[in-house]
Amino acid sequence: MDIILAQASFVFIQALGGLASAASLFLVASGLSIIFGVTRITNFAHGAFYMLGAYVAFTLTDRFGGAFGFWGSLLLAALIVAALGALMEMALLRRIYHVPELFQLLATFGVTLMVQDLVVMAWGPDDLMGPRAPGFRGAVEILGHRVPSYDFLLMALGPAVLGLLWLLFHRTRWGVLVRAATQDRDMVAALGVNQKWLFTSVFALGIFLAALGGALQIPRTTVTHGMDLSILVEAFVVVVIGGLGSVTGAFLAAVLVSELNAFGILLLPKISLVLVFLVMAVVLVLRPWGLLGKPFTAARQAAGISVRPWQPFSPAERALAAGAILAASALPFLVGDYGLTVGSEICIFVLFAASLHFIMTVGGLDSFGHAAYFGLGAYGAAFLTVLAGLPMEAALIAGPLLALAGAALFGWFSVRLSGVYFAMLTLAFAQITWSIAFQWVEVTGGDNGMLGVWPADWAAGARGFYWLSLGVAVAGVAALRALVFSPFGYALRAARDSALRAEAIGLDRARLQWLAFIVAGTFAGLAGALQAFLKGSVFPDFLGIPVSVDGLVMVLLGGVETVSGAVAGAVVYKALAIWLMSRTDLSRLVLGSAIVAIVLLFPRGIVGFVEDARDRYLPALLRGRGRSSGRETAP
Amino acid sequence: MTLPVSSLQISGLNAWYGPAHILSDVAFDVGAGEVVALLGRNGAGKSTTLRAIMGLVPRRTGTVVFAGEDISALPPYAIARRGLGYVPEDRRIFTELTVEENLEVGRQPPRPGVATWRPEQLYALFPNLGEMRRRQGGRMSGGEQQMLTIARTLMGNPSLVLLDEPSEGLAPRIVEQMADAILAMRQQGLSVLLSEQNLHFARLIANRVHIIEKGRIRFSGTLAELEAQPDVRDAYLAV
Repeated sequence: MDIILAQASFVFIQALGGLASAASLFLVASGLSIIFGVTRITNFAHGAFYMLGAYVAFTLTDRFGGAFGFWGSLLLAALIVAALGALMEMALLRRIYHVPELFQLLATFGVTLMVQDLVVMAWGPDDLMGPRAPGFRGAVEILGHRVPSYDFLLMALGPAVLGLLWLLFHRTRWGVLVRAATQDRDMVAALGVNQKWLFTSVFALGIFLAALGGALQIPRTTVTHGMDLSILVEAFVVVVIGGLGSVTGAFLAAVLVSELNAFGILLLPKISLVLVFLVMAVVLVLRPWGLLGKPFTAARQAAGISVRPWQPFSPAERALAAGAILAASALPFLVGDYGLTVGSEICIFVLFAASLHFIMTVGGLDSFGHAAYFGLGAYGAAFLTVLAGLPMEAALIAGPLLALAGAALFGWFSVRLSGVYFAMLTLAFAQITWSIAFQWVEVTGGDNGMLGVWPADWAAGARGFYWLSLGVAVAGVAALRALVFSPFGYALRAARDSALRAEAIGLDRARLQWLAFIVAGTFAGLAGALQAFLKGSVFPDFLGIPVSVDGLVMVLLGGVETVSGAVAGAVVYKALAIWLMSRTDLSRLVLGSAIVAIVLLFPRGIVGFVEDARDRYLPALLRGRGRSSGRETAP
Repeated sequence: MTLPVSSLQISGLNAWYGPAHILSDVAFDVGAGEVVALLGRNGAGKSTTLRAIMGLVPRRTGTVVFAGEDISALPPYAIARRGLGYVPEDRRIFTELTVEENLEVGRQPPRPGVATWRPEQLYALFPNLGEMRRRQGGRMSGGEQQMLTIARTLMGNPSLVLLDEPSEGLAPRIVEQMADAILAMRQQGLSVLLSEQNLHFARLIANRVHIIEKGRIRFSGTLAELEAQPDVRDAYLAV
């Protein structure tokens, strides 16, 4: 009896802790949701502003003592950071509302990178301990457990903020305009509302909530410069489970996620890391628009993708590509082993980015979890060499089959969704795969990874491996290009541009996109298998979010409206990242600034920019056959 | 002579969707206090004309002068704020918002020399709306939504209203209510430019008509002049 009571009380205490954690998560997630609802911007920098809120609050509370000073500091910190957010919206995002939506994600990702280094510059690399909240320093004893009194404040704060937001959105003109703009912002403009300021104010409110969420954390946890990404992923999960644009949904989902975190570690320690993503996947499969979300109409589907018709290479372009490949294969005569290792990695990421580019541009599906298939291919190759003792050649061919199987399984569920929901479900599947690799220690070695994935003798040297990587990458990109201009590619593009019309002429959209997803996953797996042999080892990091994000950045840098832009994007991004890492301690600041600059200067990506310049300046005579007709010609 | 409170002069208006050239040198005008119908078949360019006037098409050239001011280069919200109201063909009411809230989105400050509309007056004009002030837009019938979209635009106190096919898809009884509402608007001194396929509806309310076909104005004149030329009517309108 006592044991049962003790357990019951323990469960209760654990639930209280979950509720307290939910408050900050709700603040951050509701801000993200509101911003997305009105501006359709997936604000990747949201976690960075959360972190800034915590850091600025730390500095202010350090300066201003007393109860008034402390609470005033939290509020002031949130206001300061909100002003910074508004500044970012006006200086950066306003210029790029008209470009494809993912570019805004890329820009905010660049800002995130910059903030990461700026925070270390301003506050140092060490974790910081904030002061306790005046008046809430102690603990309350409940059922024999001590619960910090600050937790009770947070528990009350969540519903209070939910109530205030409800009043704001239903009882003020501003709130009504925001809700109207969430549904149809063009109509709101036609009724005389200046969207510019509506967007800026919505953005400021969203950032205010994120920064307040961060500031409120300082009495509970240390302030660290890694807190941005962890909260970002959780906030995305909350927003998606709750339903995009729904504040109440975000509240429910924040409580759900926080309780899952609180209990998961106790009840299901084996799958604690994956539990939240598992729940998100289940919610999305059962309710594709989240708990309280409504299907929203994409502002304009595949905006601008058909501006320049895609064409196979003209003879001149084919010669140019052949020349580039020839030049690349001469690299071993020019640089040493280090350069060749870098070269191999670039080739591998060219293939990875090209496979993501395929599913994003031809398939019209923005995957946020493409690393899953890269990592599955790597683990597949590692299993075959380390556990089964197969040679490299066999592992390179058979290893990607694991990625194929994963893509077939996850893709079957994912292609039922579209837009951000598709992106989030793919992210969830990638995180599930990551945590399997991380937590199934007996097979995968967990965090220690799998070592001893060595290439065959002929490819063991830097030169041999470079040529192998180059050969595989060239063949892979060529195969993907051939698919673009095959009947399968045409059918896919039809389904992308108008799902209804494609189905009306007898195309099975879901099946087509599923197949494309499998193709993309398999090529990513091939890249992953190569990476395993390049590194001689495999780690859960291969499946991590940063790899997926790198892939997205490469695709967007190259240009989503191009056939093979990802190749250029991967070369530029990977080379720049590796070079910066070796040159400066502030590589993220420089890289982030470079990304922001590229987004502003080349909103159509590098290859898109080159194509624009070519079409503008090269006389029609030099362009080869049929380009000026403006219509796509059969290959 | 006093300047007209509102008048719209359009000249050399061209519009494109992507590579498709939709409007070619469209030119016509709407006098103060006039109800003018822009007639044409499906796809003739009626909606695009209205959208181009509001600055809602991606690419256009030409001049739009409204109340003596060139508004060709203004963004849509600024055009609306100058007293040009727009009622889209597909209604586009905010389905999540209540009737009251839909009206609130359209509200603009009073404008000197122009009728000021308050919700109570609009509920009198459209009694159906008055009975469902707290109903969500998504739970209304097509006719009720059509009334709401007009009422919402009137909340901006416009001096001229662009009405895109207000009678489309409505029951005859509702169409009559629409005609009454438009006449009431004219009595308040508003000018109206409406696009219509339905000559019968235009007869009920319009002073003058312009006929558009394949993006060009083919006929401009009074209703009586149009009736006197049955060949024009038969060539450009589905009767």
